[in-house]
Amino acid sequence: MAQTQMKVSDEVAIQINQMNKWYGTFHVLRDVNLTVNRGERIVICGPSGSGKSTLIRCINRLEEHQAGDIIVDGTELSSDLKNIDKIRSEVGMCFQHFNLFPHLTILENCTLAPIWVRKTPKKEAEETAMHFLEKVKIPDQAMKYPGQLSGGQQQRVAIARSLCMKPRIMLFDEPTSALDPEMIKEVLDTMIELAEEGMTMLCVTHEMGFARQVANRVIFMDQGQIVEQNEPEEFFNNPQSERTQLFLSQIIGH
Amino acid sequence: MASEYSYVRTDFLGESPPPARETGAIKWMRENLFSGWLNTILTVLAIYFVVWLVVGVWPWFANGVWDADNLAECRAILDGATGACFAVLSDRWTQMLFGIAYPADGFWRPTLAFILLFPSVAPALFAQYVPRKFLIATALYPFLAYWLIWGGTIMIPIVTLIGLIAAYFAFIRLERASGFFMGLVGGVVAAAIIWYLGGFVTDAMSGFLALPEVASRDMGGFMLNMILGVVCVSLSLPLGIVLALGRQSSMPIIKGICVIFIEFIRGVPLITLLFVANVVLAYFFPPGTNLDLILRVIIMITMFSAAYIAEVIRGGLAALPKGQYEAGDSLGLNYSQAMRLIILPQALKISIPGIVNVAVGLFKDTTLVSVISMFDLVGVIRGPILSSTDWTGVYWEAFGFAALLFFVICYGISQYSQWLERQLQTDHR
Ligand SMILES: Nc1ncnc2c1ncn2[C@@H]1O[C@H](COP(=O)(O)OP(=O)(O)O)[C@@H](O)[C@H]1O
Ligand SMILES: [Mg+2]
Repeated sequence: MAQTQMKVSDEVAIQINQMNKWYGTFHVLRDVNLTVNRGERIVICGPSGSGKSTLIRCINRLEEHQAGDIIVDGTELSSDLKNIDKIRSEVGMCFQHFNLFPHLTILENCTLAPIWVRKTPKKEAEETAMHFLEKVKIPDQAMKYPGQLSGGQQQRVAIARSLCMKPRIMLFDEPTSALDPEMIKEVLDTMIELAEEGMTMLCVTHEMGFARQVANRVIFMDQGQIVEQNEPEEFFNNPQSERTQLFLSQIIGH
Repeated sequence: MASEYSYVRTDFLGESPPPARETGAIKWMRENLFSGWLNTILTVLAIYFVVWLVVGVWPWFANGVWDADNLAECRAILDGATGACFAVLSDRWTQMLFGIAYPADGFWRPTLAFILLFPSVAPALFAQYVPRKFLIATALYPFLAYWLIWGGTIMIPIVTLIGLIAAYFAFIRLERASGFFMGLVGGVVAAAIIWYLGGFVTDAMSGFLALPEVASRDMGGFMLNMILGVVCVSLSLPLGIVLALGRQSSMPIIKGICVIFIEFIRGVPLITLLFVANVVLAYFFPPGTNLDLILRVIIMITMFSAAYIAEVIRGGLAALPKGQYEAGDSLGLNYSQAMRLIILPQALKISIPGIVNVAVGLFKDTTLVSVISMFDLVGVIRGPILSSTDWTGVYWEAFGFAALLFFVICYGISQYSQWLERQLQTDHR
């Protein structure tokens, strides 16, 4: 089985303790506790509005949490701007709608952050970018603009753009849910490859095949709380909580 | 058994070229001009109107008198026929272009400055085609143009430039070491020191590469409109960007200042601001400091158009999806990098039509300075020319010429902006 070959170290990559978040008076995340070890691949699922996006967006401080603490790579997330920029350059993120920069070519999209944040020389940044574009299998599109690519290609560029920063952790927020069915596979293949190389990954996704193949833990969230977490086989074959059972029957049921 | 709908394609179609378009003048006219009885009537009416206009105006142009000393002489030459008296242009064109007081032997100076304007702004306007290092010409141009137009020793613009460079480096150094605010203070101090010391140098070398000095009050004609237009447009764009970003800021004080500034300026007619510049602004400065009138007018027009540009850019910023900010943040870009590299390029691109609208409006509004008795193109025509005994009553010819000059510049700006928009289009190229 694939997952047994992938090593998980004891080193902690992300530690979330008793984290709470409110939007105004609305309590979105309630007492979230989560420890992610280096090399772990975690799939987060749950009904729409359950706070999945908010949770992973808190990890790179796109959203601010109000109580509890989040420690990423040994650095605690606080309002200290230095820490935030450091963590953001260590943690890559892919969005549902790709969020490529439409005014820059694919290559420029990939070299922008390495050049300005990491101060990598332009030539070296371009070589790295081409390396990762080859990895996601679109080196021939490097000189095009995002608007000229298909959705699947754009999402793979977005993954390559994140990888160019050599992140230690990757976050995915429903990376395939804005894609046409025939493009989902190409993006998932890229993510699987990444997982097999030992990247620490947190994916919000409803692609259960992907979860079974690469995840070593599946987390089910509902109403801002972690309701159940387990190994994929157990999670899918033998869900404990009623809400998990209901959810799984809804997404697999027909 | 297969149903009657069942169908499987066995032969796959190759690509075929699009059908040839039917062309021809007759067909085009039938489709575009005479496609129905209403359109036919409108076409005939429009043609009739154009012909009527041309037939009416043509003799006026064709019979135009170019050589006469005054209106009476013009009329005598025309001897009752319809015809323009373009002689006012041949007689007074230098006043229209350079004003009434600019020394005639120095006309080459603003002319040269005007000609140099084009190669100097090209590196900024055509950034994709001109190597970056030529931007230095753009940066040096204001100092050169000042020297050419106002005269005096070349040491004045040189000292000014050195002061600015010193301020820049002091800012960079101190900002890195002790923050933005200290950088700002350091920059101002450095510039002040250089300019103070430079004052002795310029006094001592007042004859060095000196052109005869021309006072600001002697500037006039279309030259004055060009000076005000070019300076105010180039200053109000960066100021407008700063105001727009300030208005979006999460810091309440900065946001408040920007909102109040923008709303106040937008709520006041430009002409009021110009009167303020003319009379009232003097009270705000210590007695004895005689801030140049042109400078005061530049400050007012710049603030005015910056407020409008800020609102245009705010629209552009609001049109960007939130994901663009988030993508920038998630890659670790800091605020100024995200703004400079991701947000502003896109927001400004969206804002180009609006910005050009403001710029063209601003350029034409520079003629309002004629109301505070500055002799710009319109001021010269209304004052010295139309009120002279020789040329009272030649409205059409004089103002027509003014309109033509403004039209050429404004049309050029508009064409440039359309070209730029096409250049920046990356979505479906
Ligand atoms: N910026 C926001 N302001 C207020 N409420 C928000 C905001 N973003 C999300 N929410 C609310 O928080 C809840 C969780 O949202 P989200 O994390 O996006 O859920 P999920 O990704 O699981 O669908 C939803 O009810 C949503 O309406
Ligand atoms: Mg979501």
